[in-house]
Amino acid sequence: MNFNQSDDRRMLADSLDRYLAEQYSIETRHAISKSATGYSPEQWAKFAELGLIGALFTEEQGGFGGTGFDIATVFESLGRGLVVEPVLATAVLAGSALAHAGNDAQKALIEEIIGGGLIATLAHEEADAHYALNRVSTRATRDGDHYVIDGAKAVVPFADQAQQIIVSARTSGNVDDEAGISLFVVPAGTAGLSLRAYGNVDGTRAAEVSFKQVRVPASALLGAEGQGHATLEHAVGRGLLALAAESLGAMEVCKKATIEYLQTRKQFGKVIGSFQALQHRMATVLLEIEQARSAVINAASALDGDDRIARERALSAAKYTAGKTGTLVAEESIQLHGGIGVTWELPMPHYAKRLVMIDHVLGDEDHHLQRFIALGQQ
Amino acid sequence: MDLNFTPQEEAFRAEVQRFLNDDVPARLKEKGDAGKRFTKADFEEWHALLNKKGWLASGWPVQYGGTGWSVVEKFIFDNECALAHTPRIQPFGVAMVAPVIIKYGTEAQKQYWLPRILNGQDWWCQGYSEPGAGSDLASVKTTAVRDGDHYVINGQKTWTTLGQHANMIFCLVRTDREAKAQQGISFVLVDMATPGIEIRPIITLDGEHEINEVFFTDVRVPVANLVGEENKGWDCAKYLLTHERTNIAGVGYSIAGMDRLKHLAARVTKNGKPLSQDPLFAARMAKVEIDLENMKTTNLRVIAAVAGGGVPGAESSMLKIKGTEIRQELFSLARRALGVHALPYIAEALDESYTGEPIGPQESAFAASHYFNYRKLSIYGGSNEIQKNIISKMILGL
Repeated sequence: MNFNQSDDRRMLADSLDRYLAEQYSIETRHAISKSATGYSPEQWAKFAELGLIGALFTEEQGGFGGTGFDIATVFESLGRGLVVEPVLATAVLAGSALAHAGNDAQKALIEEIIGGGLIATLAHEEADAHYALNRVSTRATRDGDHYVIDGAKAVVPFADQAQQIIVSARTSGNVDDEAGISLFVVPAGTAGLSLRAYGNVDGTRAAEVSFKQVRVPASALLGAEGQGHATLEHAVGRGLLALAAESLGAMEVCKKATIEYLQTRKQFGKVIGSFQALQHRMATVLLEIEQARSAVINAASALDGDDRIARERALSAAKYTAGKTGTLVAEESIQLHGGIGVTWELPMPHYAKRLVMIDHVLGDEDHHLQRFIALGQQ
Repeated sequence: MDLNFTPQEEAFRAEVQRFLNDDVPARLKEKGDAGKRFTKADFEEWHALLNKKGWLASGWPVQYGGTGWSVVEKFIFDNECALAHTPRIQPFGVAMVAPVIIKYGTEAQKQYWLPRILNGQDWWCQGYSEPGAGSDLASVKTTAVRDGDHYVINGQKTWTTLGQHANMIFCLVRTDREAKAQQGISFVLVDMATPGIEIRPIITLDGEHEINEVFFTDVRVPVANLVGEENKGWDCAKYLLTHERTNIAGVGYSIAGMDRLKHLAARVTKNGKPLSQDPLFAARMAKVEIDLENMKTTNLRVIAAVAGGGVPGAESSMLKIKGTEIRQELFSLARRALGVHALPYIAEALDESYTGEPIGPQESAFAASHYFNYRKLSIYGGSNEIQKNIISKMILGL
């Protein structure tokens, strides 16, 4: 039993934290978020240089990490820094899908991702899926040496910035079947692909993506036809850990800001932290954050395990905990700050927004509680 | 990062399991599993078994007969005992008065009292709370007035757990009435057979006799029974609050409770289907299961920190709050799982000798009683609200 990070990981986290503290202020973050691209190519290049992206891939894949604890370390730092750049979409979701199912040509894209030369994303969730991984109505039909894709994907992270979009489409079966889902790597600008891009409430960026008679060569198929669900589960599973860790980082920032506020804000002639009604709420926040940290450790530890049920249950447990506790921390931080907590002015409310919105990405508290139950009954 | 126990720790676990399996009578474990009442004789039998094995005093230094176990080994031992449904080691002697004697007692006190705890000659109970001193423990009013070689004690103690079995009580008494709250308190050891002591039962809401009131009228106690300095008893009380609290979450009990609940929910049916498949009930179970999975790791993190030389501060309070919330939720769900069968109550069904048919599932004999009894978890040992005060003080520094 050992809860210390390895030296390599601690150094990575330290250098990342230091960089973000110095070069990624809340003003910088707001400016990046409002820019036309919704992320900063300069920051992205710097992230690659710092090794943040490489740490998310194994040596075999060209990186120098790739384990659960690497993902957790990087994303906890990203959460502390409230980073909007598409690390989740590019390196975790798209990158993990490529690593899991890609042929040599497709795996070569990972090298570009690690080098900072490629933004990619995963277009999977559809408007009526409500997080169900198996729900795919977008269709891909074989036509000679090509597939023709028709359908629509909802709130795809950074789809308008991605040079490669990995899309899930049904090649057989019914709309809710796990079998029959296929994945395709579709380059940006492919005819028939249209995007409606927008900013999200938490400062990140996304797009509605529609596919009208999008023709891609058969070589665009990622993995075997109809076998995409396992790859999705793999990539999304790593995404769940990443989000839970990001959430943890953001929780710690909210906690610190709120403790400081309780120690300095005065009313009735006393600092408000001397009031028991507020103290007890803060104590609850504190212990729930420790539970959330344990959930991330459990998930990171389970991520590379072979027992599918144990692994996926730990991942759903972590995402459930992140959703529940992230929302608690966000709401309590705002409440304990009072009026200033609902303004744009302080950093804390922006962390709070991200904490709540993380619950809307890759499945919320209810979804993962149900999934945890269903996995336990298998 | 590594959540696994070391091979040595796993070997230790196997050794504990072997002992629990081979050397502990099935009768004791079955009683625990069936939620029946443990008698004084059961507790004494269990203590004697452990003492024979050298495993009774896990928190003591080896020189006084302790096991020399690490915090991790203690955690493993406690959890395995909970999973095997053994009686609980009675903490009042082994885990409460002994550490105080070891830390603050004279050599003579150590030589006299510690072996008597190990060999079962003394059964201790705790004289802390009073009618007017619950969470506000420092407001104790029981007085001890010096008279030659004796203190003369007058006052009343309450919530004295299993005091009806005890021959010794350790008390916080006021030796200086002029001093401010925490000063002027002393820690004294009192023989329950001393004239002037009267013990009266308090019946708890589940109908059980577990706790008592103890009245002191001109009770003469030798000054030699003072532990530590006069008027410095609060140090002893405070020391106990941080000592050996790494297992306060009762994770072993919760794991056993979760296991029992899952089996119960799979057997009880609702509309012809197992209750475990009812979406609302399954969600309640899953929530506490996830909380428990997180708690296991939180507890191990605290233990690892203590093993590395840290002193648990706010962490003990966190473990206490969350650990007891989880345990209480499990009692609550066991009660809910039984549906109407939580209602019937047959007091004798909790006796070992009872051979009657249970009304409804076997768990119906004790589920509701236990649920009500264990409301105490969030009240004793410093109520959960007091624990939140402690956390607040530590993190807010106010």
